[in-house]
Amino acid sequence: MNRQLLLGAEAVAQGALDAGISGVYAYPGTPSTEITEYIQRSKHSRESGVRSSWSTNEKTAYEAALGMSYAGKRSLVCMKHVGLNVAADPFINSAITGVNGGLVLAVADDPSMHSSQNEQDSRVYGRFAMVPVLEPASQQELYDAMFHAFDLSEAVRLPVVVRMTTRLSHSRSGIDRRTPLGQNPLKAEYAPERFVLMPHNARVQYRHLLDLQPMLEELSESSFLNETVEGGGAVGVIAFGIGCNYVMEARRDHGIDCRVLKIGQYPLPRRQVNELFDACSTVLVVEEGYPVYEELFRGYFGSAKIRGRMDGALPRAGELTTDLVAAALGVKLTGTAAVPGIVVNRPPELCKGCGHRDMFEAINLVIREHADHHVFSDIGCYTLGALPPHNAIHTCVDMGASITMAKGAADAGLRPAVSVIGDSTFAHSGMTGLLDAVNDHSPLTVIIGDNATTAMTGGQHSSASGSKLVDLCRGIGVEAEHIRIIVPLKTHLAENVAVLREEFDYDGVSVVIAQRECVESAAKKKRRAAATGQ
Amino acid sequence: MQKNIILAGVGGQGILSIAAVVDQAALKEGLNIRQAEVHGMSQRGGAVQSHLRISDREIFADLIALGNADLILSVEPLEALRYLPWLAPGGRVVTSLDPFVNMPGYPTMEEIMSELGKTERPVLVHAAELAREAGSARASNMVMLGAGAPFTGIEQGRLEEAIGALFGAKGQEVVDINIRAFRKGLQLSNI
Repeated sequence: MNRQLLLGAEAVAQGALDAGISGVYAYPGTPSTEITEYIQRSKHSRESGVRSSWSTNEKTAYEAALGMSYAGKRSLVCMKHVGLNVAADPFINSAITGVNGGLVLAVADDPSMHSSQNEQDSRVYGRFAMVPVLEPASQQELYDAMFHAFDLSEAVRLPVVVRMTTRLSHSRSGIDRRTPLGQNPLKAEYAPERFVLMPHNARVQYRHLLDLQPMLEELSESSFLNETVEGGGAVGVIAFGIGCNYVMEARRDHGIDCRVLKIGQYPLPRRQVNELFDACSTVLVVEEGYPVYEELFRGYFGSAKIRGRMDGALPRAGELTTDLVAAALGVKLTGTAAVPGIVVNRPPELCKGCGHRDMFEAINLVIREHADHHVFSDIGCYTLGALPPHNAIHTCVDMGASITMAKGAADAGLRPAVSVIGDSTFAHSGMTGLLDAVNDHSPLTVIIGDNATTAMTGGQHSSASGSKLVDLCRGIGVEAEHIRIIVPLKTHLAENVAVLREEFDYDGVSVVIAQRECVESAAKKKRRAAATGQ
Repeated sequence: MQKNIILAGVGGQGILSIAAVVDQAALKEGLNIRQAEVHGMSQRGGAVQSHLRISDREIFADLIALGNADLILSVEPLEALRYLPWLAPGGRVVTSLDPFVNMPGYPTMEEIMSELGKTERPVLVHAAELAREAGSARASNMVMLGAGAPFTGIEQGRLEEAIGALFGAKGQEVVDINIRAFRKGLQLSNI
């Protein structure tokens, strides 16, 4: 088959399709979004009926994927690293139940926080759940690893994690494809002793998971993702995932002859690790993410033999580069040109003509009439409201936290308590918080910027917008007269200010929905219409 | 053969189309490719860059090491300067001279020109003007690709073929405009 140029995320998608998945479940999140988008666009997936529409959040996605696996089919579930916090409950427990059809979790971490609020390392979750984790180092490896991941998942009857990071997910390379596999037949079996996690079953299942561990270690020892690159010298390197790429690059560029153990499958292959530590007097640990295994190797009392992120050989935080790894291997780097002093930062901004701009203008006019003008916000394009010229929001913590934090602050006595959240984020994790506020009669105004899409990640379908959003708020128990709809446009400013003022002053739960289509989606529709000649 | 190229610009300016053309051409040449790009928050009018690496031997890293870029190809003059630490000794800067000002403190063109002038024989391009001459201001990224083409290690025909493939779905006229734009840029660098 012809070589195809694919992003790492797309290689995961193509690999999963070719490995015979029957469905993908996901909520958009950079840098994982392109996996599901690729499957949605794929002709193959349409023809073979691979289910692929967006889930409301990562937890619902994971559970649905587990259900598909229960029914005997192969399923893929994708998310960004912080999404796994949302899906942590089903994820950890699915290691206890085990799976039927292959279940693969593709999770994309974001070291250096290019588009995230932290750089947590999903490998920790893998250890926590005690399931196999694969960490391929190239796009081709990602593709190949998907076949391996599904086979492994079915062989050991556990979910398998495929971890990647931003640089691999968002980098393209040529991919050689394999012959695609067909889908599994529907085969749901009654196995309440595995799937009903009442304590008497869970204890047995947990024991089984513990007993599996030595076998998982053996499987790692024979995995194509773990290999030793021979070399001489007293210094050896153990390099994980794409960390290995930087090691290999530095090794070639600077003519360093060192032994390298490349790790791409966990739990660690004990035999190879022991060999490396026996052969070398110093071991540099190169991990793209937290020093998870470095810490393990050092142990509580430390080891003088080990170098890495924890002793400053490599920086404790942020992405690795060839230069950082070369320096850690003792290369004296020559200086390069500096960035000229005139180069100012160019932060991202809301698009010209975006409705959120007008929403923030109205909010600012009303909230600044108050001595306390805190605005609790959330995760989406409107987070850019924190930057000039808006300077309109004061918090952004996790999906849905705008409503619940505003509620807590209202309970503490803060007035007005204002939350700004998007339609997709509201559906993801805002609804439950709104129910808390209604049940508690917390005086709170929730402003939903409804642009009818998940805009920040590139315009994916939103689980709830338009009239569905109104119905949801009504159903949760917000009084009809305090669900107000405004149109965030310059021409509506006076009217919008009046509505916000009334609702900020209301001593109860109110929702103001600022309804206007995302300018990017509108432009995309227009381009599509022009292309089809309508 | 190995080329390390940094593509630079502002989110929405079309550097990924430049990357797509070079990628396709390199793929046709049977070369190995790694091309890292920026998705997500920065795409909203922020500084964006793509590390594009093509080689006839194995490429390990998706990112270019500092001081290793053979070419900085920028569709915006200030953005060209942002990546100077990556420029290799003897590497070239090819940049558009059309400023995109969407933040306070943007320096004067004189200041920018003075910094660009410190690099080795920079290729400075009035991209928007040449694109308009070619038939559409939107083709200024292809003008820039043309201007950078001689430094990519890929021959003109291959790149034009890839431009045809990229814009083919939009009709022959769009292809022609983009090829004309590409050639206008190429002329500047070939003198």
